[in-house]
Amino acid sequence: MKFPYYPGCTLKTTAKNFEASALASAGALGIELVELPRWNCCGTVHSLAKDDLMHYLAPIRNLIRVEEMKEERLVEEKRVVTLCAMCYNTLKRANAVVREDAEKMEKVREIMEKETPYGGKAEVVHLLEVLRDLGWSKVADRVERPLEGLRVAPYYGCLLLRPRGFGIDDVDNPQVMEQLMKALGAEVIDIPFKTRCCGTYHTVHMKEVAAELAHRILDQAVEAGADMVVLSCPLCEYNLAGRQDVIRRLFRDFDSMPVVYFTQLMALAFGLDKATGFEQNDPDPRPVLRERGLLREEL
Amino acid sequence: MFTGKIALKKRINYDTEVIEMSLERSGLPLRFKPDNASFKAKVEELSGENLDLCFQCGACSSGCPMTDEMDLLPSKVIRYVQLGMEEVLESKTIWVCSTCFNCQVRCPRGIDIANVMEALRQLRLRKKYDHVSLDALKPEELRELPQIALISNLRKLTA
Repeated sequence: MKFPYYPGCTLKTTAKNFEASALASAGALGIELVELPRWNCCGTVHSLAKDDLMHYLAPIRNLIRVEEMKEERLVEEKRVVTLCAMCYNTLKRANAVVREDAEKMEKVREIMEKETPYGGKAEVVHLLEVLRDLGWSKVADRVERPLEGLRVAPYYGCLLLRPRGFGIDDVDNPQVMEQLMKALGAEVIDIPFKTRCCGTYHTVHMKEVAAELAHRILDQAVEAGADMVVLSCPLCEYNLAGRQDVIRRLFRDFDSMPVVYFTQLMALAFGLDKATGFEQNDPDPRPVLRERGLLREEL
Repeated sequence: MFTGKIALKKRINYDTEVIEMSLERSGLPLRFKPDNASFKAKVEELSGENLDLCFQCGACSSGCPMTDEMDLLPSKVIRYVQLGMEEVLESKTIWVCSTCFNCQVRCPRGIDIANVMEALRQLRLRKKYDHVSLDALKPEELRELPQIALISNLRKLTA
């Protein structure tokens, strides 16, 4: 099945391992992700002020690309697949605003007069939703190397689940990543703060504050004996993994905790070693994977 | 946290006087004006939320991950707006809010508090105010930060 795919900015830089592992492992399940031509930044955050129409243009322009791809039969689906939680939220919410408000839709079309008028037909989904629709048994069937003995703590953060009405799963007790990890053969570790804020964009100007929030989450994973945290957002990844030097400075007893994207563990379990991209992760998850006998020597 | 004592500065005269109080720890003056409607109406229009629904249960504040850094709890911010007190725009809280929407899923009255915080930020930002500046960052920090962090930070906190 060919899906339009919107990568977003960070998947081309600090989260290349997320994209490479997602394309390979989705492909192995027959989900072909075709990148949108001429895509632009989604804006990363949805504008919550009711009169802020200007910031809906960027996400809607991407949705115009989706409709064009479907029209030109480059894809079979009108559901655009996202990987980054923030892109998912921003595209989905902008889509909802113009669909529900004919006046705003008309204004958006007027402002983007040189674009094909947006028909409101695109749907925005996250890869985890597509996998759930496919069925966990199909995912399990594709597994070549079950992640036996690997203790993973799923972490959702905010925008995969909230605000209510725009999440991919239950706001209080999401299970989609747990089910995926079980299908891959891993042991799921539940942490109470799996839906708690990671510190988000405060990492730019208040990195110690963000690091404190991240520490609370990581500390629960350590306490529960997890081997690694698994997640789906490049900003959460940066705050939970990239900021561990700041966390260690603030909390002397904190050591380290590897953080990986869910697609990297899919690629590993599917035997797509070259697409796992673990060399980009810091802290390095490879020592613990080797310890669990899940990694070939050359990786 | 907002636990300071309330000191009454002026005698209360409900018809004409403005009642001034200050909350010691926050330093924010509390002023109840007879005509408080316009500020509240502005915030309600910009946020799309009906603030009369709030009955100050505090569920938003209890679930908020950022309260350690706030001078006013989120529920108090709502109370300030209900009372038409524009000085809420001077509060740290509106900038500390991380827009995680925990309050939105917890509010028993269906108020999206994150929308209210955004409206308050916008009221400041639309008067040529930037809360953060790229100049404050060292070049090596700029190189290290992923785009997703920088763009979201500037989108939320600058005009």
